[in-house]
Amino acid sequence: MKSLEELERIKKEAQAMTKLREDKENTKIVVGMGTCGIAAGARETLAAIMDELAKRNLQDVVVTQTGCVGLCEQEPIVDIVKPGKPKVTYGRVTGERARQIIASHVVNDRVVGEWVIATG
Amino acid sequence: MSSFYRAHVLVCAGAGCVSSGCKAVEQALRAEVAQQGLDGEVKIIQTGCVGSCDQGPVIVVYPEGTFYRKVRPDDVPEIVEEHLLKGRPVERLLYRDESSEPVVNLEDIGFFKRQRKIVLRNCGVINPEDITEYIARDGYEALGRVLTEMTPEEVIDIVKRSGLRGRGGAGFPTGVKWGFTAKAAGSPKYVVCNADEGDPGAFMDRSVLEGDPHSVIEAMAIAGYAIGSNQGYVYVRAEYPLAIERLSIAIKQAREYGLLGKDIFSTGFDFDLEIRVGAGAFVCGEETALIASIEGRRGMPHPKPPFPANEGLWGKPTLINNVETYANIPPIILNGPEWFAGIGTEKSKGTKVFALAGKINNTGLVEVPMGTTLREIIYEVGGGIPGGRRFKAAQTGGPSGGCIPAEHLDVPMEYDSLVKLGAMMGSGGLIVMDDHTCMVDMARFFLQFTQDESCGKCTPCREGTKVMLDILTRITEGKGREGDVELLEDLARTIKNTALCGLGQTAPNPVLSTIRYFRDEYEAHIREKRCPAGVCQALVKYEIIQDKCRRCGLCQKACPVGAIEEVVAPEEEPVAVGAGATGITGTAVTAGAAATAGAARTKRKPLAINQEKCLKCGVCMRECRFQAITRV
Repeated sequence: MKSLEELERIKKEAQAMTKLREDKENTKIVVGMGTCGIAAGARETLAAIMDELAKRNLQDVVVTQTGCVGLCEQEPIVDIVKPGKPKVTYGRVTGERARQIIASHVVNDRVVGEWVIATG
Repeated sequence: MSSFYRAHVLVCAGAGCVSSGCKAVEQALRAEVAQQGLDGEVKIIQTGCVGSCDQGPVIVVYPEGTFYRKVRPDDVPEIVEEHLLKGRPVERLLYRDESSEPVVNLEDIGFFKRQRKIVLRNCGVINPEDITEYIARDGYEALGRVLTEMTPEEVIDIVKRSGLRGRGGAGFPTGVKWGFTAKAAGSPKYVVCNADEGDPGAFMDRSVLEGDPHSVIEAMAIAGYAIGSNQGYVYVRAEYPLAIERLSIAIKQAREYGLLGKDIFSTGFDFDLEIRVGAGAFVCGEETALIASIEGRRGMPHPKPPFPANEGLWGKPTLINNVETYANIPPIILNGPEWFAGIGTEKSKGTKVFALAGKINNTGLVEVPMGTTLREIIYEVGGGIPGGRRFKAAQTGGPSGGCIPAEHLDVPMEYDSLVKLGAMMGSGGLIVMDDHTCMVDMARFFLQFTQDESCGKCTPCREGTKVMLDILTRITEGKGREGDVELLEDLARTIKNTALCGLGQTAPNPVLSTIRYFRDEYEAHIREKRCPAGVCQALVKYEIIQDKCRRCGLCQKACPVGAIEEVVAPEEEPVAVGAGATGITGTAVTAGAAATAGAARTKRKPLAINQEKCLKCGVCMRECRFQAITRV
């Protein structure tokens, strides 16, 4: 170890790995993974989300899953919750749509209106 | 370098969970996650002790912070399928509090909610075998700041102003000790970590070394800089193989990162550490005996002064602190002494880790601010006493400490208030006793321990504790004599005043404090030959309550020595009408066509316990379905 700067650099890298266990103030992406969601392709959607986040190196985004919310025909359903903002729910989110939602909503704060099925 | 994971599954791998089978759970998790194709998304991490040892094996799933307990390998497929794939917590494996409502999040569980973690800040949160996880949580930043921005005097001043006192038992101000060692003439100087945690029921130091070894390494390097030392030793007992293994890995990683070794942070400061494994003698927790053991001599204490600060390891100035004391240092440096001094009470700053054991619902490791009352620790953190039984006393400080009875439940847990009650903080073992504990027997147990562990060098300890033990044994066997209590008190005072080291000087404490608060129990044993708690076997008698006894014979079958016998009561003989039925109980069924159920019962003779044969094992009482056997 040569300097505090070097330590800081290692710390930043390592925090990306442990952050998940600490901050509650992250953007949250919630994927509906009930039986209906999985049948409608939620696994692929989730995989696409993971891939997109990794590509963009978005370390402060938390991905969780939830069960069936009752709107099975709209599955795969994905919620985006940004800190301090109401929840936005998207329906029929394919992998491709998920990538666009991340690009537009998660990164640039522009909600993709046409796929939104509920807010708040 | 790092790939992206959406979930972290923390598997507690503290020694408690290892013995309850966490390794098998972890393997099952890895296999199942791989099978479900989730291994790129879900990371499985081994951590140190989470603290809730009676709930093991414990796993925590992040980002939600879901706490699963008593997880078996068979439960793993369900957790992976339901939680990690579908996002539904597996309810049956969640913790349930007194209301028996399942609690999903770790932070909402009473046991964790009341705690304030400074020493255990990383235990159960990071992987102790990965230095980068420690660095991610501000690790080694304190060392970096100390080396690049502070003088040794400033470091010592910060430790002094924080008000930190030694967590090993005596509570000596840590900053003052650092100051003495820094000033002492002689070179080289040494930094030693006392990890010879020997109190029965205490395991906080082990948990820190297992769960967060780098915090001790970092603090020892800081201490080295402050006192002018380049070499440290960690003295760990051989009974802690996991702690030794994780500490070795941590030292190796710290060397690889240049956080131990030469020219740390390019400041020209060198520091390195070695582990010394002790053979597990209790006396080696005493600092002068510990030093002798590191030097390769027999672990025996010598009189102080000279203190180790002046003449320690190989006659050189040596700083000795306990594991928990060191673990407090990095946060104090980073957050400032005022922050630390703002926690706790006037004379006891910061937090204290307690190992909860005995008759308590949540056994395990807890860290609370100094000054938290015993009642809060037992009832709010510890979840109270099982079976709704009555709290009788708590033993603090292990075999060197004393007991705190129910009337002092609201005592704040800090160094000075405990000493006033005749107990002591000690290293933090907290053994809770309910009304089924005999205080004389408890004192005998601890004295037996110190007597076994006495090194034999000085007479008061070697002979004195033996005589005290003989008297206590005699009392518990119903052979106590009038004047024994006074004799015990007299011996205790002499030993306390004349023994060579801390072991002997504190050995009589459990006896003195039990006499102080439970003198009537001693007197009941001696005068009435009675053990009020029903523990001392020689004074206990088992009896059958005839009104409740259904004469089912279960106790008779269970008794290993055939002490339960039929009573041939003369007046009952005419009850058996049929002449044949009196002799052959087995044929009662054929005759039973005419007899009512009640009459059939009376055909069996009343039972009684033959006290001469009885071993007092209590198996009859456990077997009886009708609570018809009492212990008097």
